[in-house]
Amino acid sequence: MNLAMTSLSTLMATLLVATPLMAQTDAQAEKGLTISKESKARDEGWGDMQADMLMVLRNSQGEESIREIRLKSLEVDNDGDKSLSIFDKPLDVKGTAFLSFSHPVGADDQWLYLPALKRVKRIASRNKSGPFMGSEFSYEDLASFEIEKYTYKYIKDEACGDDTCFVVEQYPVDKYSGYTRRVVWIDQSEYRLQKAVFYDRKDALLKTLTYHDYQQYLDKYWRADLMKMVNHQTNKSTDLKWNNYQFKTGLSDSDFNKNTLKRAR
Amino acid sequence: MERSTPKRLAALCFCTALAGSAYALEMDATGKVTLEGRAFFDDGAYPEQSQNSNLSVTIEPDLYWETDDRNHTFYFKPFLRLDQHDDERTHADIRELSWTYYQGDWELRAGLRKVFWGVTEFQHLVDVINQTDGVEDIDNEEKLGQPMINLSLVRDWGIVDLYLLPGFRERTFAGADGRLRGPLVVATNEAEYESGAGDHHTDVAVRWSHTIDAYDIGAHVFHGTNRDPILSPRVINGQTVLVPYYEQMTQFGVDLQATLDSWLWKAEVLWRDTDREDYWATQAGFEYTFYGINESDADLGVLLEYGWDERGTDATSPFQNDLSLGARLTLNDAQSSELLAGIIYDLDYDSTTFQIEASRRLGAQWKVSLDLRYFDANDTRDPLTAFNDDSHIQLTIERYF
Repeated sequence: MNLAMTSLSTLMATLLVATPLMAQTDAQAEKGLTISKESKARDEGWGDMQADMLMVLRNSQGEESIREIRLKSLEVDNDGDKSLSIFDKPLDVKGTAFLSFSHPVGADDQWLYLPALKRVKRIASRNKSGPFMGSEFSYEDLASFEIEKYTYKYIKDEACGDDTCFVVEQYPVDKYSGYTRRVVWIDQSEYRLQKAVFYDRKDALLKTLTYHDYQQYLDKYWRADLMKMVNHQTNKSTDLKWNNYQFKTGLSDSDFNKNTLKRAR
Repeated sequence: MERSTPKRLAALCFCTALAGSAYALEMDATGKVTLEGRAFFDDGAYPEQSQNSNLSVTIEPDLYWETDDRNHTFYFKPFLRLDQHDDERTHADIRELSWTYYQGDWELRAGLRKVFWGVTEFQHLVDVINQTDGVEDIDNEEKLGQPMINLSLVRDWGIVDLYLLPGFRERTFAGADGRLRGPLVVATNEAEYESGAGDHHTDVAVRWSHTIDAYDIGAHVFHGTNRDPILSPRVINGQTVLVPYYEQMTQFGVDLQATLDSWLWKAEVLWRDTDREDYWATQAGFEYTFYGINESDADLGVLLEYGWDERGTDATSPFQNDLSLGARLTLNDAQSSELLAGIIYDLDYDSTTFQIEASRRLGAQWKVSLDLRYFDANDTRDPLTAFNDDSHIQLTIERYF
């Protein structure tokens, strides 16, 4: 009886203390989700997109190597984007092409075309935490943002440049993610990502990504001309420069299949 | 006079295709030059094989044109190898000389082309459109350009490829001075055919391929000249040589891959019918990948495949009852460093082929590979015993431009 009373009082005490805390946590989660949803909503309806990517990889000695990739993407209603990446540099992988059908939940469908063998290979999409072409960007860093991929927590407002940013923690749902969390800075004027800080599986600081030189396309869609990723653990970095952004170029489903993958060049 | 007709016709086709609208052609010229050095551990088994090392150079330009609207593309990829010792290995080929026209959900491809079918790694069982350029290497990976007209249709229920294959390419084999050959040299000039049309027989093929969720499936039928010759000894000019004989065949085949998380499950099956026999063969197995091993960026893939041929030890294929085990280490670094190791064990003859391939990029335009290949075959009935003295290391330096 005594024991039960003690337990009950402990429980009551816990509830009394925890309720406001939990309410606060729920509110933070709700606000984090709302901000992320607004950010996503403001970028919907772009239809299709083409752009050129130039990656400059720097090792800890400052030695550079170059990647050149052309990217075509198609927005898919109620699903992740379809994308086709064509590699131009380095020259030994020239003509290699990568087709991806991403999904908000579950594994993406991915195929790689190897031009020397003329072979289309279905590949596992399990390696999302791995480096993309030896760069500091992982596959998941370059994948399209989907609400379902994270849970959220609003942290605070903070000045960022001339703007004020929402600071939101995003926790990957996928157990194969390379991160425990990423902290993003989203500006309050346009809901654009300004910065993201990544924490590895041991929750140690791993990388910082900053977005520079935003341009607006079709009076709606903001794209950064330059994305800089710095790895704090290895001192390597990768600059990702975007060129020739084009929207609504008329791409359709028929531009994203195994035949277009083989034809890509 | 007659001989120039096809060429003229081809030229006419290209011009007519282009005349339809004012097209500007944009050219993209790249390619590679390769230097290959081989060092053999043992002296050659046969008297003409005087060398224990060999140097070789290849040149492979890659020329590509496309029209502004990208509906027409032209592709030209000649190939030349110069070999220090083997006159047969010194050879040229046109890997690609083709025109492609595409419109929405269909595509027409014509000319000399290469096509790959299949999913497995150690043996490409169902990959039958192109002839093997056997003098290049013994792994059957290098192929000769095949004349074809290929109509490809994209439908909701899959992609259908229709092939008309006018003309046949004979397999190439190492010459008398070359290593990696059997005791008898293949007299490629004496090739014989079941078909009265010889190497002008027109073959046909149809392939359907589709993706259903995690499953990629393909099925095909091929009717025409068997790419695998039957080699029979014969005395010509007082010398015993092997004469290739190319049968007619009909083949049905299926290839399937299931991509489930870290597992790739793969299977290829064929049924081949010739005048002499009909038989089943398969190559099947899996690849499992450990991602980010030891908290690093490196991935380690483990492969296991089994090859079986109903004809058993009478099979023309070396994978009649063979277990293959492999490991693929990918560092995912800026230099794309890779290490591939494989062992093929023949369960009928207890013989082993062991191979390691290591490669990485150097700077922006160079790539270097170091390969080791080791043969261990002691059963005299085993065709692999021919290579028993040909274990070697190979250094390859590629320069891309």
